Amino acid sequence: MAKQFLSGDEAFAYGIRLARPHVISAYPITPQTIVVEKLSEFVEDGSLQSEFIHVESEHSALSCAIGASAVGARAFTATSSQGLLYMAECLPYASGGRFPIVMMNANRSTALPWNIYGDQRDSLSQLDSGWIQAYAENAQEALDLALFGYYIAENKAVSTPFMANLDGFVLTHTYEVVDVPSQEQADKFLPPFETENKMSLEKPKNLAFSAGPDTNSIFKYKEHIGILNAKKVILEAEQKFENIFGRKYTGLTENYKTEDAEYILITLGSISGLVREIVDKLRKNGEKVGLLKIRYMRPFPNEEIAQVVKNAKAVAVLEKDISFGNEGAVYTNVNSALQKAGINIPSSNYIGGLGGKNISPQEIEDIFAEIKSGISDIKFLGIGGCLNGSYSKNAQ
Amino acid sequence: MKEIIWHGRGGQGAFTASRLLGEAYSLKENSYVLAFPSFGPERRGAPIRAFTKLDDKPIGNRSEIAKADYSIYLDDTLFNENSFSELKSDGIILLNTKKKIDNERVITIDGDSIAEKYIGLPITNTILLGALAAISGLVSLDEINSAIIQTMPKRLYEKNIPAVKAAFEEVSK
Repeated sequence: MAKQFLSGDEAFAYGIRLARPHVISAYPITPQTIVVEKLSEFVEDGSLQSEFIHVESEHSALSCAIGASAVGARAFTATSSQGLLYMAECLPYASGGRFPIVMMNANRSTALPWNIYGDQRDSLSQLDSGWIQAYAENAQEALDLALFGYYIAENKAVSTPFMANLDGFVLTHTYEVVDVPSQEQADKFLPPFETENKMSLEKPKNLAFSAGPDTNSIFKYKEHIGILNAKKVILEAEQKFENIFGRKYTGLTENYKTEDAEYILITLGSISGLVREIVDKLRKNGEKVGLLKIRYMRPFPNEEIAQVVKNAKAVAVLEKDISFGNEGAVYTNVNSALQKAGINIPSSNYIGGLGGKNISPQEIEDIFAEIKSGISDIKFLGIGGCLNGSYSKNAQ
Repeated sequence: MKEIIWHGRGGQGAFTASRLLGEAYSLKENSYVLAFPSFGPERRGAPIRAFTKLDDKPIGNRSEIAKADYSIYLDDTLFNENSFSELKSDGIILLNTKKKIDNERVITIDGDSIAEKYIGLPITNTILLGALAAISGLVSLDEINSAIIQTMPKRLYEKNIPAVKAAFEEVSK
């Protein structure tokens, strides 16, 4: 391993280089981030043997990756915010076609108002697209997810595309110390891509097949089972990864000081680092608080969350998302997990960090203080409540 | 944790300085670093800030630095009375200026003159990094030089390395 000082984007590019994709297709202009610029440098300097295809849009970037995957190539693409939305038409083609493409998405806000800063409304709006969704907390996890992505997506029982999400700027543009594994280690972890789900001149097949009412549900059922199968494969991949690289990951969630926690804050992505520090601070004052970091939104860790929070007095979900007219999408999913497990505790939703807004240490402390009241609410951090609180005058 | 804020105008290399400091520090054993700019579109001439956080354990808080140990100004037109509000109680300001500032919390260096002599351009980011090394001891000259060599092409690092040394010696006087 070699210690390097890299941005999240660069770290991910190093991870992709280690995965040896045959084809990289990308639209290189805003809102694209420099992950593909770095990969184009690798191709140019010969350190990555890959076909790098500049396309005219994000829609074409994913279409191109689908075409490559359909002939049995390992394919990569990347996007962000409006680019992901422009790509949205192609997302279910990739998942329905069971093409194990890996995509990096830089989590950034969506218009209007126009805003290039980070939040998670882009990827969370695509939860139903049939893709596996992972969220990195730091640049090391980002690099590692590039390798995990192909390992998990290409597993025959899974055969599902993989979206690795990095918080825009906070991860993509922040430099930190990253261990870059050797190619030998990476090759030991990730075997070459072999698939029967491909066409060739010898075995011509149809690419965008159709299935009528009689069989459509069966395809969708199998697609659902495929992405659920990823749960087991993620754990298996992490065990193999730890054996080779010595770094441990903890499956669909990461639980920090939750064993005896009375109050648990549930988060996604890079904000988890700050929450962990606040948990440590409050624990020193004798407060029984903990952090549950969701690492995978799809497949969703229903049982894992229920198991962790079943003895807590209250939970809150802090997320950089709002499903307008309802609540944050992560919160909806968490509440469903609690309900299915028969856990009836107060659960609140804090919507923060939209459009790149800073979330301060004090705001995290305030969340832990507020949820002790036992009242469930949906709140825009720093603005006001939507459910039990009257709509804030500040927001009018 | 040591926290450093870099102030400059777009094009002066404040973010590059924050990264070079981080890269130099990352050469130490058990070092953890975050280096990032104030996020947003970059425009030449507009005020920008960049941040470096240095620690011997993982850094979870990725938010902008509110109170710094060192606040560094590549451009003295950005320095004003409010500059002191973003310092820790024992925090220090390092200012690139030809003026004399009568305040024990402000250390000045005429970086422009050093830049003119060694680099031939009014770019002072590595010079202020050299000055920071002298007043803080956070990184050594050798560590800065290694970071510069890893980051810059030869035609640039050959000019910047003697400039960093000159700044280090100027502030050490």
